Amino acid sequence: MTQLPDGRYLDDAPFDAQASLQQLERRDLDAPNWVLIWRQFKTHKLGLISGIFLLFSYLMLPFAGFIAPYTPNERHPDHLYSPPQSVNWYHEGEFIGPFIYPMTSEANLETFQWEFVPDTDNPAALEFFCEGKEYRLAGLIPTDTHLFCAPGDATIFLWGSDRLGRDVFSRILYGAQLSLTVGIIGITVSFLLGISFGSIAGYFGGRIDWCINRVIEILRSLPELPLWLALSAAVPSNWGPVAVFFIISVILGILDWPGLARSVRAKFLSLREEDYVRAAEMMGAKPGRVIRKHMLPNFMSHLIASATLSIPAMILGETALSFLGLGLRAPAVSWGVMLNDAQNLASIEIYPWTAIPMLPIIIVVLAFNFLGDGLRDSLDPYQH
Amino acid sequence: MRPLLSVDNLSIGFGTGTPVVSNVSFEVQPGETLALVGESGSGKTVTCRSVLRILPRAARIRSGTIRLNGSNGSKELTSLSERQMRNVRGNAISMIFQEPMHSLSPLHRIGNQISEVLWLHGRMREPAARKIVLECFERVGFPDPERAYDSYPFELSGGMRQRAMIAMAMVAKPDLLIADEPTTALDVTTQAQVLGLMKELQRDTGMAMILVTHDLGVVANMAEQVVVMHKGRVMEAGPAEPLLRSPAHAYTQQLFDAAPAIPAHPQLAPELPQDDLILQMKSVSKTYSMRAGKSWQPETKIHACRGIDFSLQRGKTLAIVGESGSGKTTAARIALGAELPDEGGEVLFRATPQSNPIAVHQMSRAARTAFQREAQMVFQDPYSSLSPRMRILDALCEPLEIHGIGSKSDRRDRAEKMLKLVGLGPDMLLRYPHAFSGGQRQRLSIARSLMLDPSLIVCDEPTSALDVSVQEQILRLLEEIQERENLSYLFISHDLAVVARIADEVAVMRAGLVVEQAPPDTLFYNPKHPYTKALIAAQPEPDIDRPIDLKLVASGAGSPSSWPEDFRFSDSMIPSLVQVEPGHKVRCHV
Repeated sequence: MTQLPDGRYLDDAPFDAQASLQQLERRDLDAPNWVLIWRQFKTHKLGLISGIFLLFSYLMLPFAGFIAPYTPNERHPDHLYSPPQSVNWYHEGEFIGPFIYPMTSEANLETFQWEFVPDTDNPAALEFFCEGKEYRLAGLIPTDTHLFCAPGDATIFLWGSDRLGRDVFSRILYGAQLSLTVGIIGITVSFLLGISFGSIAGYFGGRIDWCINRVIEILRSLPELPLWLALSAAVPSNWGPVAVFFIISVILGILDWPGLARSVRAKFLSLREEDYVRAAEMMGAKPGRVIRKHMLPNFMSHLIASATLSIPAMILGETALSFLGLGLRAPAVSWGVMLNDAQNLASIEIYPWTAIPMLPIIIVVLAFNFLGDGLRDSLDPYQH
Repeated sequence: MRPLLSVDNLSIGFGTGTPVVSNVSFEVQPGETLALVGESGSGKTVTCRSVLRILPRAARIRSGTIRLNGSNGSKELTSLSERQMRNVRGNAISMIFQEPMHSLSPLHRIGNQISEVLWLHGRMREPAARKIVLECFERVGFPDPERAYDSYPFELSGGMRQRAMIAMAMVAKPDLLIADEPTTALDVTTQAQVLGLMKELQRDTGMAMILVTHDLGVVANMAEQVVVMHKGRVMEAGPAEPLLRSPAHAYTQQLFDAAPAIPAHPQLAPELPQDDLILQMKSVSKTYSMRAGKSWQPETKIHACRGIDFSLQRGKTLAIVGESGSGKTTAARIALGAELPDEGGEVLFRATPQSNPIAVHQMSRAARTAFQREAQMVFQDPYSSLSPRMRILDALCEPLEIHGIGSKSDRRDRAEKMLKLVGLGPDMLLRYPHAFSGGQRQRLSIARSLMLDPSLIVCDEPTSALDVSVQEQILRLLEEIQERENLSYLFISHDLAVVARIADEVAVMRAGLVVEQAPPDTLFYNPKHPYTKALIAAQPEPDIDRPIDLKLVASGAGSPSSWPEDFRFSDSMIPSLVQVEPGHKVRCHV
């Protein structure tokens, strides 16, 4: 600092009046949008963990049969309502690796209940990559190798067995295959409908917009649960489980699109006012090009976030329908179908492990919500 | 004399990054105005907000002291508790923000929002507060204080809202008022009136003021002390008069040179030739009908523009100047064919002197495509005119792609050439728009408009979102390109001084009508219309000897019905545009 005679202060540091025009002001923002979103998303720990968990869950789906010790409809008539068995490492203070105590069942003639007693004298070491019932890996390759199973006549029910002596743990893994994909298929249907109707309404406006909006309002005003019931009751009962599953996902998607179409329309209306959209129109771009090249890329990330937030609703919808016995039906396995068995209050009281399929539902729905939340927070990476 | 506020060696930083404000010191004497001058990113707003400790959450005061010697003793503001700080805010120091649209709550009546200051600081109950607020309203120039007290913010214009903000800041009689770009969002004439009001209030109450601004013209009219900031450092600080008369620092000099000015000694300009017109608009009007609030009332008609006759000579620039809502943007959109004029209006465009004119108001699809190659637009906001998802290369090549011109490598070559023309390097092609500064983006947007080799460019306030020094560079660039490519510009602006250097002819618009039209020199030499006179008078000049003439502003800036008899107009009776000199037309009754 120098002081001039008239009381002025001047900065001494050299000053370049022609600060280079070639310099980038925000080098950190010079990246494609998804890189910036990822950079921001990484800081959202809860969302990141949820994302990794969900990724892991979906990657596991094709290998569910390999991880599960039993196939979903394999019955153990001697082990009805067997309680969960724990995997132990130490037998009488000695390390012998992962093993279980075989269960023996006895009928209690006073209460008419099966009572299970672990045989603590004969530890049965778990076998790995062992042979079991045959299943198809990823639905294609027939194989009979399982990750782990109990030796000989011993059983391994990590989360207990149900009323027919089927392993709950294995059934949860198999159930995930349907319960998790129902959301994806449903959201695809609702995405296609929502984006096309929403963008038509938002871009063209006028009479089309009016019609689409009224349809949305009518669909939104229908009570959801009875409508589901009616639609799924219309599914012929002689259809196979896969066809029923598919039609249920589509029904869920068809009822979900109005919400998405509304947010697409709102986003379109606000994007239309952006100068780059107006610029493209003035250059002579046709509506299709404006929508594809300028508008969709700029709100795709918003759509993905809102889709992530509506998948849980689909999963819960499937669960609710199947729980009521109107969705998927046995022999298909889904979490809702499993919970259908837990409808009886008395059985939950005596065999609480039959309600365990609630846990994966809660965890997956929470994970989707955290993930969607994290995505939504990182959507606008340009603000800072 | 003990200073009212002394900021000493203040440094502020975000997170662990380099400080955004470093070693800033200044003092404010009681009753004096200190101007913090700088461009965006210079740290001036962060500095003034640190005084009230309302910094963004990630920002930390790293060092320095802020001492307030107010009417209730001396306080060190950086070490006060939040509770004590609340007592200072609004009471000893109050603040006016830049955006009058966003700084009032839309759900509460104006009067209640302002009385809240008095309730909060525990001085009085509602009836007493109401009386004081009404007095204050009268003081800041509300014509009907009672009505203003009971109205909601959306019922008031921008200028009136800013007056309400001033009332809110003044009502508790603070020792110090911090005004953060209080007039940047306002029209020139409103700006002049609000600045005049602030100065008057300051004289009456004897409070001190910190005025944050980027405009040296405002400084010359308002401040006694000036602090010039650049990139978080003080470049030059001291009394306003010597600083503005002979800037000592290179940066101050640069700001000074860049400030747009109305020529001091204008001369009568010759009439423009009218032999090779690229664009002609003949009696163009545009009426929007708005549904009334109640279904049994008839629709109200809004005249966005009325009876516009423009002709633009090839290679020249026609500027349309007016406040927001004057219809200048509508006129430009009609010229580009983006909107159709009312029945009877005609827009003719000649791509080359020999070619047949295209009737822009009734184009077929093929004619529209041909027209779009010849006429392009540069937008106001450089931050929204480039899609954030597209690399610069894709954005520049897009117009060629739409019209199916050239191969991929041809397009790339052309993009590189245009980038060079606007002064950017070819390595910028693969970057994303958000990496660039506002000025660079406006260059990119100009480059994109040049890609199709057009003959007419419509510039919609291309510099009003930019800093003064950048504005100067962009104007120079536009002039260079015009000379080289023989382009014609239709230039929209709210700022007469900006237009003064670039335009060959200026049309001043008000309420959808052209009130005066002439070459700029003629307009400055011999302005006839009271509104033009007000616009010229309201222009803040960085020259300390030319203060704003508020009387002249007030007489022309009011509604058209308050103008002198000769110029007055209403919906039913509109005087016609009369030629008073060759090439100089004024709307008046002869």
